[in-house]
Amino acid sequence: MESYDSFNELQRDVIREIGNIGAGNAATALAGILNNKVSITVPQLQIIDVGEIVSVLGGPEREVVGVLVNMTDDVEGMLLYILDDEFVEMVTELLLGEPFDNYRSINEIGLSALKEISNILSGSYINALSSMTNLDIRLSAPEIAIDMVGAILNYPAAQFGEMGDKLLLIEEDFISGGNSVKSHMLIMPDLESLTLILNRLGVK
Amino acid sequence: MGERIIVGISDQKIASNPDVLVSYALGSCVGICIYDNVMRIAGLAHILLPDSANRQDNINVYKYADTAIERLIISMERKGCVRYRLTAKISGGANMFSSIGKSVGEKNIEAVKKELVRLRIRMIAEDTGGNFGRTLEFDSVSGMLLVKSIQRGNVII
Repeated sequence: MESYDSFNELQRDVIREIGNIGAGNAATALAGILNNKVSITVPQLQIIDVGEIVSVLGGPEREVVGVLVNMTDDVEGMLLYILDDEFVEMVTELLLGEPFDNYRSINEIGLSALKEISNILSGSYINALSSMTNLDIRLSAPEIAIDMVGAILNYPAAQFGEMGDKLLLIEEDFISGGNSVKSHMLIMPDLESLTLILNRLGVK
Repeated sequence: MGERIIVGISDQKIASNPDVLVSYALGSCVGICIYDNVMRIAGLAHILLPDSANRQDNINVYKYADTAIERLIISMERKGCVRYRLTAKISGGANMFSSIGKSVGEKNIEAVKKELVRLRIRMIAEDTGGNFGRTLEFDSVSGMLLVKSIQRGNVII
């Protein structure tokens, strides 16, 4: 594996399948804490250029919440959630019963709730990956930044600057009471880990 | 009112009076803004990483502090700028997520300053570090650099 560009169809299918299982886990976990008020659609997986991600996410200066989780042990890398104001509004209203005004109005409890949701989502995906590959993957506590999406994406771009500038993007729709809200997750194992994962899945 | 010329990540552009160079949403990236106040020519390099050493052969020279700045200076000299007149303003190099050890932003700032010294370009202003993103607008008419930030507000250096 030289870069994310070089995935073949079979490898993409396998990764998509991990995404599906992860999404299922995530839906179950979230249904618990949100009292079954939220469902999640089948995730869309894309292998995408860093520059393109910015436009998918609404342009470089769009203000978003970025939640970063690091992976260590058998797999090194990171997960980055990009959550926009609609998502934040849904979480704060459903979970905390508080109206959402703007990003400046998010208090400590709101931040904790967003971190917790991100924890649950990353745990769901990583458990799926871990059990399919039999690899140990440890997740760090989430860190949060609320700022321009372009600036937040500098972080993975700099960490993975040599990886052909492509990233794995998983897009999910959260559905609650007829409203559909998108979340975006970037999964970035380093190349060595990615090769190991694909080996374990038998799709090298 | 001049044209707005967009400079992407790992890219660089040169503008002359009355155009403005714009680079969006720098986090740990650093924008190096070089100006010749006689020619009224402005150059902006937007680097992602400090050091091109130990990379593969076919690197993007615009991506690294140690290769991009020199390239920009040479391009500006080709347009008639004179090295001793050139001044630099730098911005960016934030640390968006707390990191263990020295952050990429800090390493970028350090590498940029070192390179400016090596190239004998005078740095006359900087707005760097912190934990917030910045958008840069560098005016070729005045050499003024507008630094926009959601968190901190706007400053001109």
